[in-house]
Amino acid sequence: MRLSRRDALAALVAGGVGSLAGCGAPTARSSPSSREAAGDAAETPVGDHELATLVAVAEAVYPSEVEGVGEFVRTYTGSRVEGAGSYARGVAEAVGTLDDYAAEFHDIEYASLPASTRRETLEYMSVDDVAPDPDGTEAQRVRHYLVNELLYALYTSPTGASLAGLENPPGHPGGTRSYREGPDA
Amino acid sequence: MSAGGADGGEAVDRTPSERVDVCVVGAGPAGAIVAAELSAAGHDVVVLDAGPRFDPEDRPERMERHLRPGVDRAVWDTGGERDTFSASGDRHYPLDAARVKGIGGSTLHWQAMVMRLHEQDFRLDSSVGLGDDWPIDYADLRPYYARAEAELSVAGASDNPFAPPRERPHPLPAFPPSYSDSLFAEACEAVGLATHSVPNARNSEPTDEAGACVGYGTCKPVCPSGAKYDATRHVAAAEADGARVLDRVPVQRLVHDADGDRVTHAVYATPDGEEHRQEAREFVVAAGGVETPRLLLLSRSESYPDGLANSSGLVGRYFMDHLFAGMGGTLEEPTRQKHVGFNTTESHQFYDRPDDSRTAFKLELLNYAGPAPADVALSADSFGDELLAEVREGYGTHVAMGALVEQLPRRENRIRLDPSRTDDRGNPVPDVVWSLDGTTRRTIERANEVQRAVLEELGADIGWTVGPENTGPAYHHMGTTRMGTDPAESVVTPQLRTHDLDNLTLSGSSVFVTGGAMNPTLTIAALSLKAAEHVDERL
Ligand SMILES: Cc1cc2nc3c(=O)[nH]c(=O)nc-3n(C[C@H](O)[C@H](O)[C@H](O)COP(=O)(O)OP(=O)(O)OC[C@H]3O[C@@H](n4cnc5c(N)ncnc54)[C@H](O)[C@@H]3O)c2cc1C
Ligand code: SF4
Repeated sequence: MRLSRRDALAALVAGGVGSLAGCGAPTARSSPSSREAAGDAAETPVGDHELATLVAVAEAVYPSEVEGVGEFVRTYTGSRVEGAGSYARGVAEAVGTLDDYAAEFHDIEYASLPASTRRETLEYMSVDDVAPDPDGTEAQRVRHYLVNELLYALYTSPTGASLAGLENPPGHPGGTRSYREGPDA
Repeated sequence: MSAGGADGGEAVDRTPSERVDVCVVGAGPAGAIVAAELSAAGHDVVVLDAGPRFDPEDRPERMERHLRPGVDRAVWDTGGERDTFSASGDRHYPLDAARVKGIGGSTLHWQAMVMRLHEQDFRLDSSVGLGDDWPIDYADLRPYYARAEAELSVAGASDNPFAPPRERPHPLPAFPPSYSDSLFAEACEAVGLATHSVPNARNSEPTDEAGACVGYGTCKPVCPSGAKYDATRHVAAAEADGARVLDRVPVQRLVHDADGDRVTHAVYATPDGEEHRQEAREFVVAAGGVETPRLLLLSRSESYPDGLANSSGLVGRYFMDHLFAGMGGTLEEPTRQKHVGFNTTESHQFYDRPDDSRTAFKLELLNYAGPAPADVALSADSFGDELLAEVREGYGTHVAMGALVEQLPRRENRIRLDPSRTDDRGNPVPDVVWSLDGTTRRTIERANEVQRAVLEELGADIGWTVGPENTGPAYHHMGTTRMGTDPAESVVTPQLRTHDLDNLTLSGSSVFVTGGAMNPTLTIAALSLKAAEHVDERL
């Protein structure tokens, strides 16, 4: 299943960003990574490095049959972080946490880990077991700001929820026809 | 988003108007409809609401609060010191989940199922010896019901063989049945359960006020598109006709004249901590089934030591809600749930009571059984393909039936003040004293029996039941300022005016004598139209 730009925009509506009646086309900003930006990290905390990390996390937590993850995540997250300052900071900090963790065990940033190790790293951190909490432990914040953020984007988008047979998921304004149709329509 | 509403609370002028014709307390449907009617009739109206004016632009964010675990803020910011309450009855009452304070009131959160009460509801005592009779009957309310359906743009069909007589079709066509409903059809027929459409206060087609439903599926607690009716529509209508609607101005008490015959002014607080007085010729209290009696109790005086308009001692008494009864499980095929957030088929077959052995109940086929894919995904402990398998397993084959069950009025169920605790303004908080009686429990069991029969016939693997032990309230607060002709036995007259004070009207489900088992708001709207007429006659 291929995620489209429309999916990202649909998920954005579900996520509370973007006007309801047809969004403009949001794009991720190419700003320097917060880790490189000297001092004033708060202004543009989510840059290329953070987006690349989000894509890496998405590849670890999304099902293998989903394609187009990179563009989907960049479109979705790019708009989300423009929307809210504290949210963007949360994302950037969670990326930092993940990088520190990866560095400790593998000596490289999370996004540079081989695909198979990315999932393991999340599991070693117990991100799979904890409840999401924006103010919780490191693992809970990674779960909230990165993993659940991405799972929310996927499974409230028509393509993502369709993987489970629901093409008009809650949060998506998919009209009033699909609820009447059977599975084979 | 500012918690305090669009303006942040500072720029708005919240000083009182000069003595107006009508002061309305509360901007939910009960207050907003009265305000819209009376301002359209040319009267000078001020509406005071305790909560904020929510920005419609924030609705998508509120939807996310609802859809995402880990986001703990209440969707409509209820709770906290402003809303402190006690619940000292046998049954806990979760008041914070049961109402919204703000312009639009609890309809911002509601499900928007709207149906008329049945003829039997108005004469329960004389027909089967249960509860009490209303002082008005269905025929009295019937024209107001028709107008209320127009006001709420109700989408419905005339296919309900159990419904009371009606004069014309609903304003909008009903939403057609769901695929899930079609799976139930044969089983319902086999067990002899007749089903029909559900009237919804939700646009099945566009109107002047709002577009058609676009299927967000999050109606309860928030409709981002505005296709679901909420009382901000009537607030807008009132404002267009010149009404002044103030937010974040909780009324602290009502004050009366020396003779105790007329309310002279309402004392309200503003966000800056000041208190003001709004004078008016007529007052309408429409603060919901909990806050309306509370405000009267808080307004006690030398003439009314037990609370304003409380010569009968019944203010706060006879608190009722509807009980939820439900059952659900899974089939071995896709059931197509969660596309929309409302229901399309129900049954009123067991509504009217055959005798005094049980109360009323109505049955609903749910279109939102089980979790959505995101619900599973966001709380699962696996990732990737394994997670997808879990999502597929979790979503897809659920079915469920719900029911609303009638609770009879009982004196001991009540709203009273808890003097040991105060809210953010130093006022004693409401104490919800609530319990379940045997007749209600029996009716819940009866509803479960019918639900079980249908689901077994359907071949469902039954996974959960909500019965007498784990039932909960449907958030319909009724009965606390009941209507009647005898001032010793009731708080308001059939004209919705208090027996004690000549210019004080109460609007809302607090005036219900019994509650039936229908969601109350269409009846609230009908009574509000009636109340407005009587106020207009006096002005
Ligand atoms: C989750 C949920 C689902 C529901 N679903 C349905 C449904 O499907 N069908 C149905 O018919 N009903 C439903 N209801 C019930 C419906 O919302 C209420 O019946 C209806 O909103 C009551 O209208 P009201 O104007 O009397 O009170 P409310 O809508 O509660 O409004 C009261 C207003 O008064 C204000 N207020 C309170 N105290 C003061 C004060 N001291 N000073 C100034 N203002 C004050 C509050 O801020 C509030 O805005 C549902 C309710 C909930 C919570
Ligand atoms: S499904 Fe519900 S939330 Fe969505 S547009 Fe329709 S009424 Fe609104």
